Amino acid sequence: MTVACIIARRLVQAVLVSLLVSTLSFFMMRALPGDAAMRVAAARYGHDLVTARAADAVRAELKLDQPVAIALLSWWRNVLRLDLGTSAVTAAPVVDEVSHQLGCTIRLALASMGIALVAGPLIGLLCGLWPGGAFDQIWRALAAAIRAVPPFILGLLLIVAFSVEMAALPAAGTLDSTSLILPAITLAVGLTAGLIRVARDALKSVTESGYFAFARTKGLSLGQALVRHGLRNAAVPVTAYVGVQLAFLIEGVVAVETLFAWPGIGHALVHAIYARDVPMIQGTVMAMALLFIALSALADLAILAIDPRRR
Amino acid sequence: MRAMIDLCRLPLDLRQWMVFIAIGAVLLLPACRTRTSGTHSPAKDEILVVGPWEIPSLDPLSSGSQFMRMQVTETLVDAAGDGTVLPGLAEKWSTSSDGLEWRFELRLGVRFHDGSPLTAVSAMPSLKRALVEPGSLALAPVERMEASGNEIIVRLKQPFSPLPALFAHSSTQILAPSSFGPNGEVRSIVGTGPYRVVSIARPQSFTVEAFNGWRGDPPTIRHATYLSISRAETRALMAESGQADLVFGLDPASLSRLRANPHVRVEAVSIPRTIALKLNSGMPCFQDVRTRRAISLAIDRARIARAILRDPEMAATQLFPPTLDGWHNPHLAPLATDPTQARMLLADAGWRKTSKGMLDLGGACSSMELLTFVDRPELPLLSSVIQEQLRQVGLHIEVNIGNSGDIPLGHRAGTLMIGLMARNYGIVPTPLVTLIGDFGEHGGDWGAMNWHSPELASLFDALIFSPDGSGQAAARERVTEVLQSELPVIPIAWYRQTVTVGQRISGVSLDPFERTYRLIQIRWASSPLTARIGGIQ
Repeated sequence: MTVACIIARRLVQAVLVSLLVSTLSFFMMRALPGDAAMRVAAARYGHDLVTARAADAVRAELKLDQPVAIALLSWWRNVLRLDLGTSAVTAAPVVDEVSHQLGCTIRLALASMGIALVAGPLIGLLCGLWPGGAFDQIWRALAAAIRAVPPFILGLLLIVAFSVEMAALPAAGTLDSTSLILPAITLAVGLTAGLIRVARDALKSVTESGYFAFARTKGLSLGQALVRHGLRNAAVPVTAYVGVQLAFLIEGVVAVETLFAWPGIGHALVHAIYARDVPMIQGTVMAMALLFIALSALADLAILAIDPRRR
Repeated sequence: MRAMIDLCRLPLDLRQWMVFIAIGAVLLLPACRTRTSGTHSPAKDEILVVGPWEIPSLDPLSSGSQFMRMQVTETLVDAAGDGTVLPGLAEKWSTSSDGLEWRFELRLGVRFHDGSPLTAVSAMPSLKRALVEPGSLALAPVERMEASGNEIIVRLKQPFSPLPALFAHSSTQILAPSSFGPNGEVRSIVGTGPYRVVSIARPQSFTVEAFNGWRGDPPTIRHATYLSISRAETRALMAESGQADLVFGLDPASLSRLRANPHVRVEAVSIPRTIALKLNSGMPCFQDVRTRRAISLAIDRARIARAILRDPEMAATQLFPPTLDGWHNPHLAPLATDPTQARMLLADAGWRKTSKGMLDLGGACSSMELLTFVDRPELPLLSSVIQEQLRQVGLHIEVNIGNSGDIPLGHRAGTLMIGLMARNYGIVPTPLVTLIGDFGEHGGDWGAMNWHSPELASLFDALIFSPDGSGQAAARERVTEVLQSELPVIPIAWYRQTVTVGQRISGVSLDPFERTYRLIQIRWASSPLTARIGGIQ
């Protein structure tokens, strides 16, 4: 498979998935109980000022009493014109709102992936080199335990440790240049734990392989054999695992951004659902889907770069 | 598909593709507009205010309260902590003898943050926006509003004595003409307050600095930032870590921990918000006032306040909390808890035991639905406690937790049976405007339902139509007596705004009407560069 094929396939996938998830979210929001106009009015004006009359005005303005089919067709027509509409709460174009938030999320996602891709494989490789040893056993147990902790709890623990007790890092917001560290670590920890196990198993299987034994037999040191034959082969399953686990990253973004008041698309999605801001929900869900596809495409390309047999 | 095949044939190798992707990603990567990316760098002589309220837009109807709380914008009328209206941008006001015309005379020498002078003409665009619902002026029978010299003239269709209080609401805040775009949309916040906006990172934060053209004494705190954090746990941890100087909107669970923290001071003020049960008095179940009184007697407010709100003083003894001076009636017999008397009243009202051991009234009230919502997290908990307390006197309640909009919708459709809600009687400095809407002839979304008192209606008329204020105290007292006796809504608990104050500032005082954070009164406890405790240096 060529690079162009991968990109073309992912582009087609992006279009289909975007339409599918935004349509699904449209129906899910319609299926929710309660009055959408009242929710939008409350988000705009605050709960104290909301009355049924204010909600009626919102309903008329946003055409919320339109039949489902007409509203959906109108949405599709606008999407085909690359128009995601305007937020029901802020009246700002969804594209503007999402592009700002997406920038924050990408920054967070890249930072957490960077941490996970350095820490996970490194620890995993050290475990895989001496399987069954104390280092391996401790990290395998730790990885299993860490993986079981939900990001929300982990984030709270990190805030207590690094912000409250040590006063070393900001607890939330984006006011300081170090604000990214705690949310990025929170998001990275689960991915790192998984990577440790995969990298360890991958390297163990490499070191037990015939070609690795041959490399050592012909006189290469452990380091030389690893660099020339081990790492590249072990990197293939690790990269494939990262591609699969990106869903975990996207899912974690919602909880982590909300906890750390990080103004990304996860944070925006929660607020949009709360306010029943359907155009914003569709826009953020589409952005998340596209982000997932883009990162998956990058993972595919990385595998292609690592493994020449797949080209 | 053909395009896909063509793409597959593009003669580029992997490295070229990687370069293209990297360049594309950099170009397409949208900015995460944090302050460190160019708008503002944090200063150590700056205080950080944290609260749960976001800034979805710049429209005063939507986010105006935040800019007013940070003292960026002002209104014609100000309010004291006890609800007394005070001069704001209007130095004084008067009404005609028939009560139909009001004149608000503007303070001289006031300048907007852009240097332009405040005039009656420049104030009009801001005020006219508030005439549209849910702007506060929509609550008054305004016929027209115009600028004349240095005065704003408001012509009414009928007398309306609480009009000045409406001009204290954030929806009437005065913005400079330069704040508005060609279509009337708000593009920037240019106010007249002691602080001016430096940067806004919607929906999360904005930074202000002292305005040198402010007409009063220059503020000690020269820089401040407001940061919105939606999770109560995170806000509490921000306070605990010393990173925020003022933290609003704390949950009861965090308060006991924060009170034990020597680096944080907890301040509290009673606010005019009441948790109450709204009853559909048109239903056979609640038509009889004895039933409503029995429900009130069945509820143990002291226990609820202690266990759920973690503040025993918040148990409501009447509808209005003590902070509503002039409306809280100290002579009223407090709402009591007496399940035995509650059972007797229910028996008198005709409630009889069914085969299941619970009470019913004429076969229509064997099970009643209580609707509440999650927007205020304490309400679902309270609903469960009330359900159990009512069960103990024989009333079977089904709790349904939905959205806040379900109560007004149920009111309008006539389907609501019981609603558990929190009502703010301090939207403007006098609760009269809210009460007229809630307990008028047709009731209100957040008030009475299918209940009407001719006496209350005449008392409201007396309060609205008496421009000289004669007899107002007696009328107000009688209003509270009627509401306490008839119980169209049953008060459960009051609210207290709890705020943490960091150690490096002093002079913090809280506004019960939540109109302002009173930044201008805050002082540094010591040098701002050395007094930061536990925070990021």
